[in-house]
Amino acid sequence: MPTSISSPIPTSRRSFLLGAAALGTGVSAIRFPTPAIAQAAPLKVGFMLPYSGTFAKLGKFIDDGFRLYVERQGGSLGGRRIEFVQVDDESKPESATDNMNRLVGREKVDLVVGTVHSGVAMAMVKVARDSNTPLIIPNAGVNEATGPMCAPHIFRTSFSNWQVCQPMGKVMFDEGRRRVVTITWRYAAGTQMIDAFKEGFTKAGGTIVEDLALPFPEVEFQALITRIATLRPDAVFAFFAGGGAVKFVKDYAAAGLGRTVPLYGAGFLTDGTLPAQGADANGIRTTLHYADDLDNPANRAFLEAFKAKTGQDGDIYAVQGWDAAALLAEGLKATGGDWSARSQALAAMRAARIESPRGPLSFNRAGNPVQNVYLREVRNGRNEMVSIAGQAVDDPARGCRVAS
Amino acid sequence: MDAITFAVQLLNGVQYGLVLFLVASGLTLVFGILGVINLAHGAFYMLGAYLAWAIASQTGSFTLALIGALAISFLMGILLEEIFVKRMIGRDHLAQVLLSFGLILVIDELRQIAFGKDVHAVAPPSWLAGSIQLTDVLSYPVYRLALCVACLGLAAAIFYVIQKTRLGMVIRAGAENRDMTRALGVPFDLVNRYVFAGGIALAALAGILVAPISTVFPGMGDGMLILSFVVVVLGGIGSVPGAAIGALLLGLTDTFGKVFFPQVSSILIYVLMAGVLLWRPNGLLGKA
Repeated sequence: MPTSISSPIPTSRRSFLLGAAALGTGVSAIRFPTPAIAQAAPLKVGFMLPYSGTFAKLGKFIDDGFRLYVERQGGSLGGRRIEFVQVDDESKPESATDNMNRLVGREKVDLVVGTVHSGVAMAMVKVARDSNTPLIIPNAGVNEATGPMCAPHIFRTSFSNWQVCQPMGKVMFDEGRRRVVTITWRYAAGTQMIDAFKEGFTKAGGTIVEDLALPFPEVEFQALITRIATLRPDAVFAFFAGGGAVKFVKDYAAAGLGRTVPLYGAGFLTDGTLPAQGADANGIRTTLHYADDLDNPANRAFLEAFKAKTGQDGDIYAVQGWDAAALLAEGLKATGGDWSARSQALAAMRAARIESPRGPLSFNRAGNPVQNVYLREVRNGRNEMVSIAGQAVDDPARGCRVAS
Repeated sequence: MDAITFAVQLLNGVQYGLVLFLVASGLTLVFGILGVINLAHGAFYMLGAYLAWAIASQTGSFTLALIGALAISFLMGILLEEIFVKRMIGRDHLAQVLLSFGLILVIDELRQIAFGKDVHAVAPPSWLAGSIQLTDVLSYPVYRLALCVACLGLAAAIFYVIQKTRLGMVIRAGAENRDMTRALGVPFDLVNRYVFAGGIALAALAGILVAPISTVFPGMGDGMLILSFVVVVLGGIGSVPGAAIGALLLGLTDTFGKVFFPQVSSILIYVLMAGVLLWRPNGLLGKA
C-alpha cells in the first residue's frame, strides 16, 4: 500500500483502507487455525479424469479408489470434509488446458487430481504451475511431470515411465537373456519406456539387437513379428497397452514365437487386458508397481473394501486413486484440516510414508513415488508376483530443480 | 534375410494389401457409380467387426457371425441409401462429406450404446485355428492364409460381376454416363441402392474377416479409412482394378518399409502416393 505523502488518495480514505485490511488480517488470523470453523467450508477436490473414451474404465477406477478412501475416513480427511467436482477430460490433450482452467478458475477447487493420458497430464502440469494449484497425478507416467516440470505442489501417486521399466533390464539379464529385441509404438510413452529398459539392460551387460517400432496406434504387427523370427533374439521386451496389447500378445503367440522367444514387457502389456488375451498371455513376465496377488494387510483390506463398494476387483488404477486420497490425508492431518497453511501441508505430503496396497510408498523431492517394482508372471488369468524386481525404486528426476 | 522369411514377408504384404483392397473397392465403387464420397466407410468396417463379435460371442459360431453381420450391414446400407444417400447424389462433395462425417459420429455413438467401448477378440473357426510350422522359430497362422484365399476369391468375384455380368454392364455404363443410362430405361436408382449397400457390405465383410486377427476395438475404422483413401487415389478414383493394384502396392510398401526402413515406415506410403501422383496425376488407372 502506497504511504508516500504525495499520494492523491485522501487521508481519511487511506486510513479506512488500512483499517479494513488490518481488520481482515486480524479476523483471518483468528479464523484459520480453528478446525471447527474450517469445517464449515469443505475442501474442494477437482477430479479431471477420463470418464469416457478408451481410458474411461481407468478413470472410473481412480475416482472410485479415491472416494472409497475418503468414505472410509467418514467423508473427511484430517477433520476437513471433502467435496468433489468432476470434469471429463476425454483423454484429449487439445481441451486439457480449458478443462483445467475451468476447475481452477471457475470451480475454484483447492486441489486437482488427474489424469491418465500423459499428453493431458502435461497440459495440467503447466496450468498447475502457472496458477500455483496443488496437483496429484494418479496415473500418467510421462517422465517430465516429475522431471524438468516438477514443483513443490505437484505429486504423482502412480509411476514414472522410467521407474517401471528400468528394473526389468537387470531381471532379464539375470534370467540369461543376452540379445534382446525391443518393440513399441513410436510415441512419447513408448520411447520413454523402451529407453528406460535399455538403460537397465545395457548397464547389466546385455545387447540390444534391434529396436522395432510402429506408428501409434497401429496394430498390424505381423511384419515386425516375422522380423523378430528372423533376428532370433533371446527374448523380446515390449510396451503396448489396451487394445494394442491384446492384439500384440495374440499375434505373437499365433506366430509361434511364444514357445521359442520369451516375451517380457512393461506391466501394461498384461494389465486390464488378460480376459481378452486368454491363454496366449500365459507365461509373459512384466514389471509394474503392483501385482494382483500382493499379500499385505493394506492390499487385503483394500481389495475387500473395493469389491464391497463396486462389486469389481480392484486393480492398480484403483490403488493409485486410493493412494492419492491417502496422500492428501497426510497433508490435512499435519495442519488439522487447514489448507491455508498449504506449504506446511505440502511439506507433510512430501515427507509422507504410506502403507499402500502396493507396499511401502514414499515420495522423492520431485514428488514421484519411491516404491517397489514387482516382477509378475501371467498365470491363471492373473498377474501373479514372482519377485521384487527393484526395492524402493526411486526415479532419478532428471532435470528437476526442486531442492530436497 | 533367408528365402523363407522373405517369402513370409511377401505373404504378409500381399495379405495386408488384399484386406485393404476389400475395404477400398467398396469405397471406390460407391464413388465411381454414385459419385458419393462416403467418409463413413471405415465406420462400417468397425461395425462389421463388432457385429461379428456380438453374434459370435452369443452363438459361438464364426460362420453365423459372418452371415449375420454381413446381412445386417447390407440391410443398413439399403436403409441409409433410402433415407440419406440418394438425396446426396449429384450434390456437391462438401455436403456429402458433412453427411458422412455425421454418420461416423452417429454410428460410433450407437456402437458404444450397443456394444460398449471394450476391446474384444473373436476366435477364428476351429478348423482354421492353429499354425503351420515354417522354420524352427516361425509359424504362420492358418487363418491368415485362409484370409488371403478368401480375399482373392472375393476380388475375382468382384471383377467377374463388373466385367462379365449384365449388372456389371449397367454399373459400368452408369459410371460412364448416368443420364444416358437412365434415358435408356435402366432403373438406375435401384442400381445405386444395391451398389451402395454392396459397398457397405464389402467394408463390413473386411471388418468381419479381419476380426480374428485384428481384435475388435473402437476407432479401428479410422486408420482403415485413411489407408483406403490412399489406395483409391493411388489406383485412380472409381477404378476397381486400380484399387487392386494400389492396395497391393501399399500393402507391400508398408510391410517392407516396416522391416527395412523402420524409422521412415510411417511416411513411406505417402511418399509412394506422392511419387505415383507426380507420374500419373489421376492415379495408376485413373481416367484423365
